Amino acid sequence: MSEAATATASGGPPAEAIGCSHVWTRFGAVVANRDVSLSVMRGEVHAVIGENGAGKSTLMRALYGMHPPDAGEVRIGGEIIARPSVPAAIARKVGMVHQHFMLVPTLTAAENVVLGREPWRGPFVDLRRAEREIGELSERFGLRVEPRRLVSSLSVGEAQRVEIVKVLWRGADVLILDEPTAVLTPLEVGELFGVLRELVADGKTVVLVTHKLDEVLQLATRVTVMRRGEVVGSLDPRNTTAGELARTMVGRDLVAAPPRPIFAGESRERLRVEGLTVTRDDGTRALDDVSLSVRGGEILGVAGVEGNGQSELTLAIAGVIAQRSGRILVDGHDVSHDSVRARRDRGVAHVPEDRHARGVVLGFSIADNVRLGDDALDGAKLAKVTRSVIDRLDVRPPEPRATMATLSGGNQQKVVVGRELSREHGVLVCAQPTRGVDVGAIERIHAEIAHARVAGKAVLLVSADLDELFALADRIGVLFRGRVVGCVDNVPERRAELRGEIAALMLGAGT
Amino acid sequence: MMHTILTLGFAAAVIRITVPYALAALGGTLSERSGVINIALEGLLLIGAFTATMGAYFGHGAIAGVLGGVIGGAAFGALYALLVVTLRGDQIVCGVALNLLADGITRFLLKATFDSSSNSPRIDAWGDVGTRLIALTVVLVALFHAVVYWTPFGLRLRAVGEHPEAAASLGVRPARIRWVALLLAGALAGLGGAWLAADQRQFVAGMSNGRGYIALAAMIFGGWRPARAAAACLLFGLAEAMQIALQAAGVGVPGWAVQMLPYVLTMVTLAGFIGRSHAPRALGRIDDT
Amino acid sequence: MKSILPPLWATLIALAAASALIIAVGGGPLAVYRLLLAGTWGNGYGIGQVLFKTTPLIFTGLSVALALRAGLFNIGAEGQLTVGAFATAMVGLHCAHLPAVVAVPLALVAGALGGALVGAIAGALKAWRGAHEVINTIMLNFIVRAVMVGVGAHLFEREQIHTAPVAASAELPRLSRFIPGLHGSAANASLFIAVAVALAAWWLVERTRAGFRLRAVGASPDAAATSGISVPRVQFFALALSGAVAGLVGANFVLGYKHYYEDGFSGGIGYMGIAVAVLGRSRPLGVVLAALLFGTLSQGALAVNAVVPKELVDVMTAVIIFSVAAAAPSVRRRLEAAA
Repeated sequence: MSEAATATASGGPPAEAIGCSHVWTRFGAVVANRDVSLSVMRGEVHAVIGENGAGKSTLMRALYGMHPPDAGEVRIGGEIIARPSVPAAIARKVGMVHQHFMLVPTLTAAENVVLGREPWRGPFVDLRRAEREIGELSERFGLRVEPRRLVSSLSVGEAQRVEIVKVLWRGADVLILDEPTAVLTPLEVGELFGVLRELVADGKTVVLVTHKLDEVLQLATRVTVMRRGEVVGSLDPRNTTAGELARTMVGRDLVAAPPRPIFAGESRERLRVEGLTVTRDDGTRALDDVSLSVRGGEILGVAGVEGNGQSELTLAIAGVIAQRSGRILVDGHDVSHDSVRARRDRGVAHVPEDRHARGVVLGFSIADNVRLGDDALDGAKLAKVTRSVIDRLDVRPPEPRATMATLSGGNQQKVVVGRELSREHGVLVCAQPTRGVDVGAIERIHAEIAHARVAGKAVLLVSADLDELFALADRIGVLFRGRVVGCVDNVPERRAELRGEIAALMLGAGT
Repeated sequence: MMHTILTLGFAAAVIRITVPYALAALGGTLSERSGVINIALEGLLLIGAFTATMGAYFGHGAIAGVLGGVIGGAAFGALYALLVVTLRGDQIVCGVALNLLADGITRFLLKATFDSSSNSPRIDAWGDVGTRLIALTVVLVALFHAVVYWTPFGLRLRAVGEHPEAAASLGVRPARIRWVALLLAGALAGLGGAWLAADQRQFVAGMSNGRGYIALAAMIFGGWRPARAAAACLLFGLAEAMQIALQAAGVGVPGWAVQMLPYVLTMVTLAGFIGRSHAPRALGRIDDT
Repeated sequence: MKSILPPLWATLIALAAASALIIAVGGGPLAVYRLLLAGTWGNGYGIGQVLFKTTPLIFTGLSVALALRAGLFNIGAEGQLTVGAFATAMVGLHCAHLPAVVAVPLALVAGALGGALVGAIAGALKAWRGAHEVINTIMLNFIVRAVMVGVGAHLFEREQIHTAPVAASAELPRLSRFIPGLHGSAANASLFIAVAVALAAWWLVERTRAGFRLRAVGASPDAAATSGISVPRVQFFALALSGAVAGLVGANFVLGYKHYYEDGFSGGIGYMGIAVAVLGRSRPLGVVLAALLFGTLSQGALAVNAVVPKELVDVMTAVIIFSVAAAAPSVRRRLEAAA
């Protein structure tokens, strides 16, 4: 390993640009990286792929020094970094473009790029020189960054390019990009790929973290596959197929699902959304004229790349955020202008996307968190409902007075799901119900959702996990740029085909 | 009455009233731009006034007095930084506590040193330092305006107050920037206190008398920008001087109504009725950066 | 249990700081502390005075604590108690023909409403305009002060700085009337009202639906909103309630002691309430105990004034507050690391 990593016999630059050996990282009880070894060669476009929660971001942060590993070795240019840190990485010409941009909105692009390493002219920041240098870099790699614009006025694609200029301006030779295309339009993705190709042609190395297989196939020269914190494969994408990649990623053959029980009663429309439009603070539309309909005894799945309106959809239906226009009807009643409480009284149950911010109160006990679902519950009634939730979902520890913060993510989510389904409800709206949740909890939660369906409820299931949607949904719709761009029937026999169709829709092929 | 206003004497009165506000507001702006709420301006002014008095008294001169004020203010600012930046204590609670501490300890030491519950003896050594302090104030406002908007430190300060994670990801350390900002704030407010002590030629218990809060109001009203905050201070100073002049002339606007003006204006601004007031986004938040 | 650590630490640090100051001015710490105890719990009159000073601190402490449970900072207790006490005096003034059992509650309700009004202004601005309540409550303190100057000019008895006395039926008796051992000290029946309000506060926060909503909003406004709780309404209610409790301070000074409203009667107990709430960890029982501590210090200051400036106690108070505030996060972190 070290022979390839250190300088070649002729004394040229080391062949390995960045790498690590036997890296372990834990967050409490969760092992995010388990004995991970990775080697990225100079000039590669090295993709690190895996599903959500596979440990890719954690690994990148370990390499970049943002979150040094608990054990293991990190190497940059063949040199072992004893104490990984961000300044150490930057000094060795490694730059990282984060999934959630690290840009100060009230400063200009140029100011953001030079922050922390400002060029001086006397006691002042030499912004003119900065703007000139940024212009040159921008030109060279096709980035089209306007240095004087305020970051708050930039589109997502433009902001990302500022991030790229930021690392290039600091002399980065190795660029790590964490899920760069997650929030880009297909056009912007194409532009980004062009930029990356220019960078590589210039001799730079790119490490690309993604969960999108087609990107890998288009662009990467080498792929490392991660699953559940471990490296499970290292392949040359030019010699492999999407199918093979998917299988390595997912680790199991996609077997046909067992036939599912259905709701036996009369099936009428219970949730109806008409022309829903939700705008963000900056005026852009998170949801654009969305309409959908869900019947009792049916699960409508909603797929889509994060950031295409999924969060807003569930929040708007639940009443947490207001819509600019459109109607929402629950069991025939127009709740479009009702408060959250009024909608809940009408039978809307909501499992929110962000468990920690919206789903639970970490400082409260399990019982008090159950009470959040219905604050009229008290005393004996609350105890009964809490006991029922704990038993039915196998919450551990099974102690109503335990503080929520001491529970694992999966158990916390079980409490949320259990309390929502304990109430009288007709419509269940869930967003990413099994994100960050362990396998056992996933099974329980899926069982509850499936049970709701059998009991005649209308379920709207928004999820970034296609397998979850395939397992549970009757129909799967796709959100792209705030619009519903397609809806397919979830027919088990056609699953592989559907996967392709949906993936295409998620990337905007349907528009 | 018009001729009362248009005299040099009136202008001088306005400036005299404005100086401590402007210095405190400048300090407050630096502090809050770095993301630290600074309710303690009141206490900083008071401590500065006291240490300045001690400096002038024991050091027999205005320079010693001014230095005393600045150093005393900076030291108090350091205490605040220790509590809220290093120990991550709640900024509101600690700010209020420091104001109480300033009042208590200055009275305590006043009694212990000069054996009086109300004021120190008159100190003539102050001389005519007043005019020079006014000039210094103007220079400082201009200086810090340049610092905040044109220097690397100012850039980092603004970044840390808006998006400390972004700054941290580039190797800038928010805690360090905040310490510097709070030391500067303490020094500036301390200088403001020195002015008070010099202007009244003595230390009077509780002499800051709410000025720190008016400075806070001016800072908010000025949108957290050094020059605008100073302008707001001038506005409040003008109102106060007018009220005094009007009262002297026996004209109708009741003193208490004018006194209320800065506070009401601030509440109206905060409620968004006069434009959007944009506080630094990371204000009050000290996470693990 | 864990939440007792910060207050304990804080008290120790305050004692250390105070001792340092005493030594600095040439005194002996132990002698001073003995004098303090003798002047407070060491004799009947002292005990009475301690109780008298504790009573308003229970009210302001509860006021700040209730707001804190909802995640809000009420720095405006000073202004709220001023308006409340004034209202109490004005209503009490006109109760001459009413029996005590009507007059007293009426005057108290007036006080609560007065304080609630001021609190509600900050509450409304917070709830529906998103304006930070810290600045607004401070601003209101000064506005109230200015307004009272104007009001006083018209309403106070000539040459004096207080209102006319309240009717006899509105007066609250001093405890020393029933407990001779208290030797005519100012402690009065409002102490029982304070304790009753503390119990009511506990019951409200821990045992009612409204209290649950309050705690939820204080712990996580987003989670509360997602569950259907109206965050603005709870915030408004919390600040109004907070003001109302502060407004009851009039019971102690106006109804139980001077029998009129006097300018400057408060002497900063609104701000002290913050100390009480912080030390008492925002729990009613803690607030009562903390109020007792600060009441002791307040009376003790007078007792030691011959030897050491009484402002020593203000210094101790301040040190306690920020010691608790600074110790709390570090204690929590250390406990989490150990877990």
